[in-house]
Amino acid sequence: MESLAFLALIPSLLAATWRMATPLIYASVGEVFTERTGVLNIGLEGIMLIGSFTAFAAVLYTDNLLIGIGATILVGIVAGLIFAIFTVTIKANQIVVGVAFNLLGLGMTGFLFRTLFVGTQNAVRTVPVLNIPAISDLPFLGEAFFRQNWMVYATLILIPLASFVLYKMAFGLSVRSVGEHPKAADTVGISVPHIRYMGVIIGATLTAIAGAYLTIAHTNQFVEGITSGRGFIALAVVVFGRWTPKGAFWASILFGFFFALGLRLQAVADLAIPYQAFQVLPYVATIVVLLTLRGRTHAPKALAVPYEP
Amino acid sequence: MAEKESSATPAVVQTAAETSDHSLERKPKRTRKILWSVGAPIAAILIAFLVSGIILLLAGFDPVDAFGTLLEGSFGNLRVITEVLLQATPLIIIGAGLTVAFRANIWNIGAEGQFYAGGVLAAVVGIYLGSLPAIILVPLVLVVGIIGGALWGMLAGWFKVRFGASEIVTTIMLNYIAIITTGYLVTGPLIEEAGKFPQTAQISEAARLYRFLPPTRLHIGIIIAILVAVAIWVFLFKTSSGYAVRVVGHNPETARYAGINVNRNILLAMGISGGAAGLAGAIQVMGLTFRLYQQFSPGYGFTAIAVALLANNNPLGVIFSGILFGALRSGSEVMQISAGIPSVMVFTIQGLVILSVVTFGVYRMKYANRSGG
Repeated sequence: MESLAFLALIPSLLAATWRMATPLIYASVGEVFTERTGVLNIGLEGIMLIGSFTAFAAVLYTDNLLIGIGATILVGIVAGLIFAIFTVTIKANQIVVGVAFNLLGLGMTGFLFRTLFVGTQNAVRTVPVLNIPAISDLPFLGEAFFRQNWMVYATLILIPLASFVLYKMAFGLSVRSVGEHPKAADTVGISVPHIRYMGVIIGATLTAIAGAYLTIAHTNQFVEGITSGRGFIALAVVVFGRWTPKGAFWASILFGFFFALGLRLQAVADLAIPYQAFQVLPYVATIVVLLTLRGRTHAPKALAVPYEP
Repeated sequence: MAEKESSATPAVVQTAAETSDHSLERKPKRTRKILWSVGAPIAAILIAFLVSGIILLLAGFDPVDAFGTLLEGSFGNLRVITEVLLQATPLIIIGAGLTVAFRANIWNIGAEGQFYAGGVLAAVVGIYLGSLPAIILVPLVLVVGIIGGALWGMLAGWFKVRFGASEIVTTIMLNYIAIITTGYLVTGPLIEEAGKFPQTAQISEAARLYRFLPPTRLHIGIIIAILVAVAIWVFLFKTSSGYAVRVVGHNPETARYAGINVNRNILLAMGISGGAAGLAGAIQVMGLTFRLYQQFSPGYGFTAIAVALLANNNPLGVIFSGILFGALRSGSEVMQISAGIPSVMVFTIQGLVILSVVTFGVYRMKYANRSGG
């Protein structure tokens, strides 16, 4: 009886895994670009929150999803630009600036949300689900693979695109060389600050989109602190994915699974285990995964080191 | 934001240029140093308030009125001043501990979780060993608080030295784990007898800290806080262990070459900063809340990061920056009630303070190196 109930859980668990992985995929692929240029942005959580809020507010005011995404991208670019001004141009400590960004994200979104929207029951239009005809009703796999919203499917385009840019384009070569050996890159005429600005901006923009996903696709509203640590988990995803887009994708799927499992098991009544045990699952998993990586990380050599020509 | 930063730098350049002629003489250099360490934080705060004022203005609030309320709400009368000191107590203790970690170049972002760990153990002992006399119970509860926080912190330190796991990520994950576990404890095994609210019973009278200024809630925690800050300053700058911690932070290679055990010092730095945060959690239970409940900390562990950075990681400076951020916290509550400005705005101000401080820090280093070399 119990095992049957668990079996019935599997299709929705598979579907939820990809859905929960999606924000991690956007943020971690972005951070792969940032870290590959040698900049560590631990302010992802704050930027993601800002993205969540921007998308929510923009869609609420205009009822137009494209404007919502556009506004999110714009805000992501600005956030990345500011982060880069402090870390690349001023050469301030990247970790400290990241901490500040997390506080700013929390403070600004909380302040604006309470000032503009509090007390109102605001739900926004969400990114539509695309049912692929015929196969979306397949048992087990139908829901997971063929009945998702557009932003989830888009991750399948994002990964090859990111890999292409990083490994096949001249820009990608510059990104990788600036992160490994900025001095050598500089000698052959690559502008280290320019590439680092680009890396940070790409990262911040994708992270903001990850945030947007939470408010206009995964749910239909903004809640303070809605990102609940996903920005930090994305940092671990990058490490576990060995700083590659493909690796980041699969690592995100793994973490998405822990999120989904936690949520599904919380929903199952009559389990003798307190729901907090499941709530804590993704955070424990993050630590466990980091511990298993001992000595097998491939961090860019110049990570978190400001460049002094 | 960025524009404000850069507009502040020309003044900095000028001061440095003016004094650089005397770089060979001892005295002016010292004056300049003091000028920097007092002037830079003040300028950083002014910039942060300026930018926050602009944000408030854009959101349709009157910033002059808002900051006026903030000031009045934090220093207007004796009662509010005691509330500021109550807020400052955990911030000073945690912030002082964090200076050790940050000076060791260990990014302990987990003080929030370590604060919870200390608070939980303190509450458990304060409730279940409540029959002990105060003279034994008070020190005992303080010590278990320290142990709880230190162990929670050293766990992340151990992950780092043994498994090479970044303490930034693990300490943050441990925050979530501590907060969720506390949520479980106060709704389950530790819930008060009445079982009405998700909170523990009150700790024994004998475990409580003395309130020396009734009817205000001010308790001797503030004195403990100042003592802790002084003790940590002595440790860092007057003992060889403290020196070793700083060498490790400055350059681990040099430290190794000098025969300093780097891993041991990483654990030590996590233990001290975690222990301080745990102590703060215990003091919060013993002096103010008398019990544990969900969301027991309004983010002291995160604010304390800004406290330590604003003080340029000087434990004595933390006393002042702790009081400042305490005022910001308690004044923002007043601001919320009387001016309708959400108190969460303080996180924005904190973020801006950090950005300004870190920027000043960079230019300070730059000119110090230039005139020194």
